[in-house]
Amino acid sequence: MTANISDLYAQARKGERRPLGRLLSIVERGGPDADELSALIHADAGSAHIIGVTGSPGSGKSTLVGQLVSDLAASGNKPAVLAVDPSSPLTGGAILGDRVRIDREPGGAAARSADRTTAQKHAPFVRSMATRGHSGGLALAVPLAVRLFDAVGYDPVIIETVGVGQVEVDVVSAADTAVVVMTPGMGDSVQANKAGLLEVADLFVVNKADRPGAEDVRRDLDLMLDLSHMTGQESSTGYRPPIVMASALHGDGTSNVWQAAVAHRGHLDATEQRVSRRNYRLQTEIRARVEHGLLLAADALFESAHGRTVISRTEHADLAPNDASQELLNLLLNQPEESP
Amino acid sequence: MADAPIRIILAKLGLDGHDRGIKVVARILRDSGMEVIYLGLRQTTDTIISAAEEEDVDAIGLSMHNASHMTLAPAMVEAVRAAGLETPVIVGGIVPDEDLEPLAAAGVAAVLGPGSSAEEVAATVRQAVNTNR
Amino acid sequence: MGHEVEIHAEEEAWRNSPEYAAWKERYDAANHRDGLFTTMSGVPVEPIYGPGPYPGEYPYTRGVYPSMYRSRLWTMRMFAGFGTAEDTNARFQDILRNGGTGLSTAFDMPTLMGRDSDSPWALGEVGHCGVAVDTLADMRDLFANVDLSSVSTSMTINGPAAVILGMYIAVAEENGVDLADLAGTIQSDIFKEYQAQKEYIYPPRPSVRIITDMIKFTSDEMPKWHPISISGYHIREAGSTAAEELAFTLANGFAYVEAAVAAGVDIDEFAGRLSFFFNSHSDFFEEIGKLRAARRIWARWMKERYGAKAERSMLCRFHTQTAGVSLTAQQPEINIARVAIQALAGVLGGTQSLHTDSFDEAMALPTEKAARIALRTQQIVAHETGAADVIDPLGGSDYVEWMTDEMERRAEAIFAHLDELGSGSILEGVYAGIDNGYFVSEIADSAYRFEREINNGSRIIVGVNDFTDGDDGEQNILRIGPEVEEYQRKRLADVKMKRNDADVQAALDAVTAAASDPDVNVMPSIIAAVKTYATLEEVSVAMEKVFGTYVEKAVL
Repeated sequence: MTANISDLYAQARKGERRPLGRLLSIVERGGPDADELSALIHADAGSAHIIGVTGSPGSGKSTLVGQLVSDLAASGNKPAVLAVDPSSPLTGGAILGDRVRIDREPGGAAARSADRTTAQKHAPFVRSMATRGHSGGLALAVPLAVRLFDAVGYDPVIIETVGVGQVEVDVVSAADTAVVVMTPGMGDSVQANKAGLLEVADLFVVNKADRPGAEDVRRDLDLMLDLSHMTGQESSTGYRPPIVMASALHGDGTSNVWQAAVAHRGHLDATEQRVSRRNYRLQTEIRARVEHGLLLAADALFESAHGRTVISRTEHADLAPNDASQELLNLLLNQPEESP
Repeated sequence: MADAPIRIILAKLGLDGHDRGIKVVARILRDSGMEVIYLGLRQTTDTIISAAEEEDVDAIGLSMHNASHMTLAPAMVEAVRAAGLETPVIVGGIVPDEDLEPLAAAGVAAVLGPGSSAEEVAATVRQAVNTNR
Repeated sequence: MGHEVEIHAEEEAWRNSPEYAAWKERYDAANHRDGLFTTMSGVPVEPIYGPGPYPGEYPYTRGVYPSMYRSRLWTMRMFAGFGTAEDTNARFQDILRNGGTGLSTAFDMPTLMGRDSDSPWALGEVGHCGVAVDTLADMRDLFANVDLSSVSTSMTINGPAAVILGMYIAVAEENGVDLADLAGTIQSDIFKEYQAQKEYIYPPRPSVRIITDMIKFTSDEMPKWHPISISGYHIREAGSTAAEELAFTLANGFAYVEAAVAAGVDIDEFAGRLSFFFNSHSDFFEEIGKLRAARRIWARWMKERYGAKAERSMLCRFHTQTAGVSLTAQQPEINIARVAIQALAGVLGGTQSLHTDSFDEAMALPTEKAARIALRTQQIVAHETGAADVIDPLGGSDYVEWMTDEMERRAEAIFAHLDELGSGSILEGVYAGIDNGYFVSEIADSAYRFEREINNGSRIIVGVNDFTDGDDGEQNILRIGPEVEEYQRKRLADVKMKRNDADVQAALDAVTAAASDPDVNVMPSIIAAVKTYATLEEVSVAMEKVFGTYVEKAVL
């Protein structure tokens, strides 16, 4: 890195976009620079409202997020969006297309206005992030990116994911407010149930609510919430996740989504859950880092001469796989100085 | 750290709506392991530069199919430099041979014409990025 | 000997059938063009061979009219437009002088997007891909010395089609032409814009409202006018397969029918004036099968699903253009051969009119010479090949009939999907498919598959991935200089200075008012507005105030 991380951070805190963009790349790459950044920003973060938004492709969640952040920016807030999309497992490449849906309207009436630099200053900050396949990478990068947005003064910080994959569900559920977006006619409620999203949702949005079947989705959700009444959030905290009907494409209902999110934050504050959520988020990040560190150490051990010897012994029937793994685990956990 | 994937913006500047080529290129680059931030149609130099800053991309790819490249491509390069960015600007689309030299002189890093193979597309982007890195 | 007798007997069978007699009667009643109708070697040829259903008979697989090109050759309609209205007018005069029988106008990108030449968006694009039209003054120059009562004109514009049509009507009125005599087509096919060509202004539903207003207006005032040309051309150019082109286009047609019927127009009042526009690509038999299938599908759906009664409502009449996307920048001269083959496929597919691309169009606008060669190519097909002497000469070939059926099967599968998406309405299915990215992602997938086949060498494109020697790299390119933009801006400024601003504003307010009342037809207020020299962009924006704008949510 040529530019000093703390210089970039100082510039980003002054509201400059490009240094923040570069810091986010450092976050994505991970490693010592990212660790340095993590330590640098830790004390500055913690105040922003972190909102996780998930929904299947085609649920219109990006359009919803776009509408929401442009309204928020217009009313003087400083929203940021982290749009997470999957990388191709085969090539590691990705097409990140959410920005088009989130970004301010190109080519429309707004784009014809002359004063675009002013417009940009108040525009939401949008960053696209690919999952980049490597194990646990996303689980490290997303929390740090979120803390970075928070530390440089963005609020709310919205994480948008398609909600497949455990890491993504974890990321959303670790937000202050987890929003699950559904649409009529796509079997979304069933999918959400399978993915475990119903348990973590703090707020449901039925998008494209002008479509036939929207009421059915709402009824399904209500029913599921009734069923989980005894076990879910409602029983422990008395909070029942509201269901908001919206049509993001027509700009309807997004203010209701925001009001519901604010109300949920109020509920968290009132019940002191805000702090426990934040702590949970930090725990999740720490756990992810530890897991990642263990994975790296395990990888290194497998590649080491000793590791390979242990593994090769299983090929000759003189060592069972469970014994080999136990031996390696002992090496990993008790004798870290021996692993390279 | 291990090499991070190349991040590139793909956009159509101006009114031109021909997006067959840019969509094919987006897939080619994805399949070459790059991260494509797809901005799509009707972008301005301003929207592209904002995206380049926030996304911290290694290159900007413009697709042009309606003979406006001699006006719009140099304008893009100029705007990128005026914003203090060094990001290479690559133009793809229908560009007659005789325009290649003036575009290069205007600071366009590379031009990909019709019939470029997938390998050529990916290699051209890599080279433009590496020259700049 | 026995073999010959057998063939003879087969011919006797269809020739003596009552179906043939019925067709023959209709054929004989039609006008016939002058022609030898013998082969080059002097063998006389009949107008049709094989069993029915015959051309001009349901389901019209073999042709929409009983006599087809025996009565009249297709219209050789060459698409032209570049620079200023005067420049394009000169090209029009050249086409008419050289035997072209219809005019087709290409507009530049700002015009297609409802933007004036002085808009910041127009920078570098004025007059590049077509003619710039900002106000009535430009439209007047565009059709100067063209007899609008006798020449049929086609205008390729969609988003702001109503405004351009308004200007055309205003010019006709100035010239004392009765609106009832105006013959031609305005493309006005907005669905394929969201699906493929991407030249839209308003969101889909308000756009369809404008189109139904145009249908109603022309139904009442301009009976010879085709208010929509439902176009698969651009869908194919964007990368679809032949079957997708066929299916998406006809589905869009069904959707317009459903919209117009819902707006209270009788199906047989307007369906006969719908026309279609297909691409003719290089896979010869697939293209012919596609065009034959189009007629059969349209007829059956109109009759069976929509209950059309008038024969005209069931006729899928179409324009064909050779595939611009097939033209290669490498060895451009060989494009002449591609265009000839594609043109022949269009004719054997029974097209009503044809545009042949110029060989140099892969890189830029066609030069005058290249445009003339393209027209000459059609004339060779018409007069030298004999393809126009026998109706549907490939009908009855096992392969061509199978291909026709196969195209139909593939299209029906897509209709079924759209019908389901729209819960029993193709119109709603098309809206849903636009909204959820179905069309764009299907097209992009097909385009990428095709590119990969070329890239891995499994599909050969001559001059591109094989047989690449001989490209001398010489290009003779028609360029539109910056002076066109300067000239057009200055002209627009002059027009704006001379007009009465209060009249313009009042007329624009009336357009906005009409747009905000779904029970009012927008056409009269648009015609009134353009007469005050309100610009294309001003009128477009007057409606934008009510309708909003459309931004594509990229789907890859």
